[in-house]
Amino acid sequence: MRTLYTWGAILAIVLASVVGDILLSRAMKEVGDVGKLWKRSGLIPVVKSTLGNPNFLLGLIATAMAFFSMLFGLSWGDVSLVAPAAASLTFIGNAVAARIFLHEKVDQRRWIAVSLVAVGVALLAG
Amino acid sequence: MTFDKYLVLGGVTVFAASGDSMLSHGMQETGGISLRHLTLVIAALLNPWVAIGILLLLGFFATYMIALSWADLTYVMPATSMGYVLLALIARFVLHEHVSALRWLGIALITGGVGFVAGGPELTTHRAAPIKSEQPPSGSDSQEAPGAANATPRGVKP
Repeated sequence: MRTLYTWGAILAIVLASVVGDILLSRAMKEVGDVGKLWKRSGLIPVVKSTLGNPNFLLGLIATAMAFFSMLFGLSWGDVSLVAPAAASLTFIGNAVAARIFLHEKVDQRRWIAVSLVAVGVALLAG
Repeated sequence: MTFDKYLVLGGVTVFAASGDSMLSHGMQETGGISLRHLTLVIAALLNPWVAIGILLLLGFFATYMIALSWADLTYVMPATSMGYVLLALIARFVLHEHVSALRWLGIALITGGVGFVAGGPELTTHRAAPIKSEQPPSGSDSQEAPGAANATPRGVKP
């Protein structure tokens, strides 16, 4: 039962993280290159248009949910399982979701990179 | 990729690694928190390590957002994972902790993965038009941020 709870929490962390990352990435693409905007019109308009972006706010909520799922997951399961499993699976999930929802060209080079990093993170934290 | 952009990606890495380690150090000092003892959450926030950790993680979030404004998610993601490598290297060479062979393999894989991504383009999607804030460039030079003088246009490096 405990194992089921732990993996449920991991699944929740991964889902919330992926949704959050996709929304935040989309929001920042809508805002535009922050460095250029900053130079052109100053910091305050950049912050305003970021905080006023609906995708940004939704992404922030999803990221917060991922954070709290992580707290619950850590109270049910072992750190050495929950943290690396969640991080690894989030990498894979993000790559798939970025291809589908953000239309990023996740070519062979990036697939290899994502897989290497996912395995590496699992090894490091394990 | 300009020097500024590498600086932002470096910030993502350093803020993530330092923030996480400060936070976990502080949480170990305060002990576990649960929903039944919410006052302990406040005690945790007053712990200086936790407070510094949260500030650093805010720095991480800001640099992460800046990076996502000009690069793909699948480009920025591996940069955040370099934080794990940084932590392992600090554990080995600063704290003189033992780092197992399996962990060294993990470091090698992450570094290799980051190298693979860094060799490719940072943005593969068509950029969405920036929200209405197109202003004529004239006369806006005086408002430039202090760091702007360092930014050399692409391909005009000395």
